[in-house]
Parts: sequence; structure tokens; C-alpha cells
Amino acid sequence: MQQRMKWFTLAVILGAMMMTAGCKKKVAPAPPPPPPPAPSPTASIAVTPNTIQAGQSASLTWQTTNATDVSIDGIGAVQANGSQTVSPTDSTTYHLTAKGAGGSQEATARITVTQAPPPPPPPAPSVSDEDLFSQSVKDVYFEYDKAEISGAQLSTVQADAAFLNQHQNINITIEGHCDERGSTEYNLGLGDQRASAVKTALTAAGISASRIKTISYGKEKPFCSESNESCWQQNRRGHFVYQK
Amino acid sequence: MDRSAPPHAHSRPSSHIFSIPAFAVALIFVFCVLSASLLAQDWVKTGTSLGVEKIRLAVPDFKAVSDPQTAPLLKTFNDTFWNDLDNSGVVELVSKSFYPLQLPGQPPEVNFLAWNAPPPNAAMLAFGNAAIVSGKLTVQGWLYDVKNIQSPQILGKQYSDVPSDAAARVMAHKFADEIIFRLGGGIPGIAESQIYFVSDRTGHKEIWVMDYDGSNQRQLTHLGSISLSPRVSPDGSRVAFSSLTKTGWEIMMYSADLNRTVSFPHFGGTNLSPAWSADGAKLAFSSSRGGDPAIYVSDAAGAGLQRLTTSRGPDVSPVWNRKTNSQIAFASGRSGLPQIYTMEADGTNQQRMTDQGYAVSPNWAPNGQFLAMAWVRKYGPGEPGSRDIYLMDIASKQFVQLTHDGGRNDSPSWSPDGRHIVFESSRSGKEEIWMMLADGTKVQQLTFAGRNTQPNWSWK
Repeated sequence: MQQRMKWFTLAVILGAMMMTAGCKKKVAPAPPPPPPPAPSPTASIAVTPNTIQAGQSASLTWQTTNATDVSIDGIGAVQANGSQTVSPTDSTTYHLTAKGAGGSQEATARITVTQAPPPPPPPAPSVSDEDLFSQSVKDVYFEYDKAEISGAQLSTVQADAAFLNQHQNINITIEGHCDERGSTEYNLGLGDQRASAVKTALTAAGISASRIKTISYGKEKPFCSESNESCWQQNRRGHFVYQK
Repeated sequence: MDRSAPPHAHSRPSSHIFSIPAFAVALIFVFCVLSASLLAQDWVKTGTSLGVEKIRLAVPDFKAVSDPQTAPLLKTFNDTFWNDLDNSGVVELVSKSFYPLQLPGQPPEVNFLAWNAPPPNAAMLAFGNAAIVSGKLTVQGWLYDVKNIQSPQILGKQYSDVPSDAAARVMAHKFADEIIFRLGGGIPGIAESQIYFVSDRTGHKEIWVMDYDGSNQRQLTHLGSISLSPRVSPDGSRVAFSSLTKTGWEIMMYSADLNRTVSFPHFGGTNLSPAWSADGAKLAFSSSRGGDPAIYVSDAAGAGLQRLTTSRGPDVSPVWNRKTNSQIAFASGRSGLPQIYTMEADGTNQQRMTDQGYAVSPNWAPNGQFLAMAWVRKYGPGEPGSRDIYLMDIASKQFVQLTHDGGRNDSPSWSPDGRHIVFESSRSGKEEIWMMLADGTKVQQLTFAGRNTQPNWSWK
């Protein structure tokens, strides 16, 4: 038995060897296929935004593939992919050239630069707030020994309030004055009442109290010094002062 | 004006401020004359025509002992001494034209018969001498009762100080005060008292002070703004006043010890016319911090603020009754033209004192019984412009007009002896400080440079 196994195994082995030897065709190796041609470079370039005003800047972005040598006119050699901030003063076309083994590729991006609008002409010289104030805001006059606003003075106060409402940026001081005939101390008290009366009338007409300061001058700072009723009336007043 | 009821007779206890017979009776006669008179003008009648005479005092110039350097100082002494006695309201000075040719400088030189008989007819004689000894000015003075030849001496005094004009003035003031004290019933004289006032002579209204006779005028504040209404404290150490600052009118305090202003709270609004209580513990003043000028009280440091008046004002010019320290008078426009009111120091019992016209600037007499004030009895547009000083008896509201010479007269202030009133007047053409006796006599001008207003007499 063992001898039969031995012959059998040998036969199998010999057969395998013959088959494998025989399967192997002795074919000459095929010639290598020609290398594929080098891929062409690709290039793209964009600028965002593509319209700016002079003085503004934009972002220039480009991508290339298969390129070994990338350059942008006006900038020079650049990386294959990249971006850059540009601030051209005039409309510009960015011209990218990508060169590689496979050739070269170009791409452009155009940015339009609009000029800034012309500066507005200087405003014509206008009347200052303070001048306007002294032209428009009239003092309020009082009867002898009185601190009430009455008669024609009511419309004066209304007109003053209207002006102050139109010019919210103006703040004022109201001075209370008296004529020379009364006593020093009593007149300071009366002047205080006169200034307060004007302030109250203005706040009732909508002027914010925080815009108004009051001070009494009694008979200490008169506007005129004659001893007659005309001058005395001049001095009995609530006087408006523009607060700078 | 109610003239029907004669005023009650003033009793004369020794503690009464008018206890000296001459002056008290003179003032009684004043009110009696008024109540009996139907004349429209309120003139105060006084002097010899009423049959009441002041003590006749002769005051020959003090003599120089040898040194000619003494002469100018002696003139200052003599002028000041004469002026102090002449204005005291206590004595009547015998005119120098009646004096004998021989004038005494020492007691042995007094010839009694030359003085106690006509022409001088003096009851008292004040005499003495001055010398510069060892670099010091020494003044000796005597007060003699020339009708009592046996023991005439009432006073014998000696004063010694540096030989300066200021020292000569002070010696004269001191000796005059001694005489006035003796002859005036025990009330201290005012020859060394001070008057605080407002002057604009530097270009700004500042607080000034001067001797009561107008000499030695000196500037206290240098604020360069408008400073008004000086009121000295009872002890003389501080002067409260009102000044225009960056935050408006504020009460400010000047310290005489430090010779500068010291801090005092700002209250907001317009703060005016401070007034001291008699013990110096409180200040009353006008403030519009509540929206309308009202009378407030605080302590002397400005704390503990309390509002006393609530009617629509303006309420200004408070003054304390220094005798009781429990009442305050003030001026108020609550009914129209300003009138004088009194109230308790807590604001209760507000009473109107004046019946018509324009009345301001009340000042309470030291004896508590009178108010001095500035008043125009008939006021209104078109009326004549003068305003006069009046006295009002508080109990009866009867009043007397003291000034009659035109001008605007204002801000009366009583002397500590209750015999004099200092006030402001424009009668000379511009505002100046004037002084008079409380019966309206002996009116004299104290200031002459610039405009001078709002005088306030010291408390002693």
C-alpha cells in the first residue's frame, strides 16, 4: 500500500510540475504602454466684490491645478492657490497665467472701480444759532412790583417757546431784573420770582426744564440808569441769555 | 393812621434801656406829640423846646505836655473825643465859644466858678492832657461835677499806648465811653463799635467795615463779584453775607479771626439777607430753594434747615428780636407791595405791621419795643421817589417818620445802645452811609467814596 501511495504522490507532483510548466507560456512581455500625456493646468480667478469705489478694497482669489508656475500680471509669481487683498484705484483686469508640464492656462477677473462722488460743495455761510437766538427770542417785561406774565407779554413767551422748540440744542439762562426804585433785598426776591415765572411759562409750552437756568439780579445789573418810567420799564424784565 | 389812642406811658425801671430820664422822657414826648397832632407831617419834636435838657458837658481840648510831637496825635484825640460825646445822645456839649480863657490840663487848674456859671453854665467838665513819655503816648483824663466843688471827681483815667493815630483814636473812644456809661444811666457807650457795610469803590460790591464814626474804613472781602447784606454775629467773630457765586446767590461766612471767608453750605435757589439770633446759634435768611423766596432758619453752620413761611412771597430781610430771641420780623410781598410782618421764631403767629405803601428792611431795636424800617407810605407808579426811615412801636403799631430830607433812605440798623440808627441814603446824589440819633436829629454822613449801602451795626 505504501508503495502505491508513494507512486501516486510522485505522479501527482510530476503532473503538477508539468502542468505548471506547461501553463506558463513563455510569452514575451508586452511593451509598456506609452505614458499618458501630462494633464493641462487649470486656472480660475475671481475678485470679490467686483465693483468698488476708489479707496475701497476687494479680495482676489485664484485656483490652479497642474501648474508649477503661476503668476498674475501686476502682482507677480504667486502660489498655485491663494487670495490677496487688492485696492486698485482704477478698473483693472487681473490676468493669471498658470504654466505646467501640460501647457499653460490663463484666467482673468475684472474689477470695476468707480470714483467717489464729488465732495458736497461747502454750505453757504449761514446765520449762527446764537445770532438767530438774539434776533428771535424777545425778553419778557413786567408791570411794577409784579411777577406775573400778562397781556402782550403772553404772546412774546409763546413765540420764544416756539423758537426753542424748533432749536432743541439751545439752552438758556433767564435773568430776573427790577427797576431801581425798590430795596436791594426785596428786588432780588422779586427778580427771582420773575425769572421763575418765565421758566414756568416755557415749561408749560413744552420746553424741557433741564434746558433752562434762572438767576435773579434784582436791581444790581440794570439795562439803563435814567430815573424815569421808560427806563424803569426797560429794567423790569426776564432777560434771555444764550448758554454757550 | 390811627392817632386816636395815646400810647401807654412807659414805666422807668432801672433796667429799661431808656432809663436815663432825659432821653426816655424825650421819646415819650415824641409819641404824645404825635398822637395829639392832626398834622399830616410826622415830625419828631425834641430838644430844649420840650423843657427837657440833656446834661451840659464842657469839653475843652486836652493839653499837650511839652513835646511838640504830641500835637498831631492830640488833635486826633481831641477831635475824636469831642465827636464821640457830641453824638452820644446823652450829653449836650457846651459850645467852645463860651469857654473861659484859662483851660485846665490838671485838677489843680480847674476854676469851678468859671465853669458852673454863665456863660458856660456847665454841669460837668471833661479835661486832661497828653504827653509822649519814654516812647509811649500817655493820656490823662478827668470827669468833674463842677457844681460839686467839695468832691467833684467822677472819673480819673490814664491811658498809655504806642504814639500812633490809631491808638489816639482808641483812647478817645475809651474815655468817651466811660463818660457816657456814667452819665447815660449805665448803658455801655458805642464809641468802639463797628459798622459793616457794602462798598463798590473797588469796582465790585464787597463787604467793608469801619469804626462807628466813619473812620478806619477797611475792606473785608475780595470776591470780585456782587456781595451784599453783611450781618455781623453777636460776638463779632463772623460776618454772614450773600454773594453771587457760580451757582447763584449763596449765603457766605467771613471769619474775622482768619480774615477770610470760610465754608458754608449752598442751598440751591437764591439765598439772601442772613440774620443772626441773639445767642449767635441760628441764622434766618431768605431762600427760593423751594421755588419761591421764603424765610428759613438754620443753625450757625447751616445745618438743620427749616422753612418758616409758606405764603407766596417774596419773603426777604428777616431780623430777630434780640431782646427775646423768639420773634422774627421780615418783609413780604404776599399781598402786593411789600409790607412788614412779625412772627414767632418757629413761623407761627404771622402778623402784618404796616398798613399801606411800600415797607421793607425791618430792624429790631435792642429794647425789643421798636422796629425801624424803610417805608414809602404812599406808593405807586408816578409817586415821588423818596423813601424814609420810620420807627414803629410794635405793641401799638404807632409810627414816627425820622428822615425828611429827601432821597431814597433804606437799610436802617440800630446801635447797641439803642440811641442811634445808621442807614443808607441817596440824598447827597449817590448812595452813602449816614448816621443819626434815634429821634432823627444829628444826621451826619459817614462815607464819601464810591457807593456805600446796607450798613449793619455791631452788637457791642
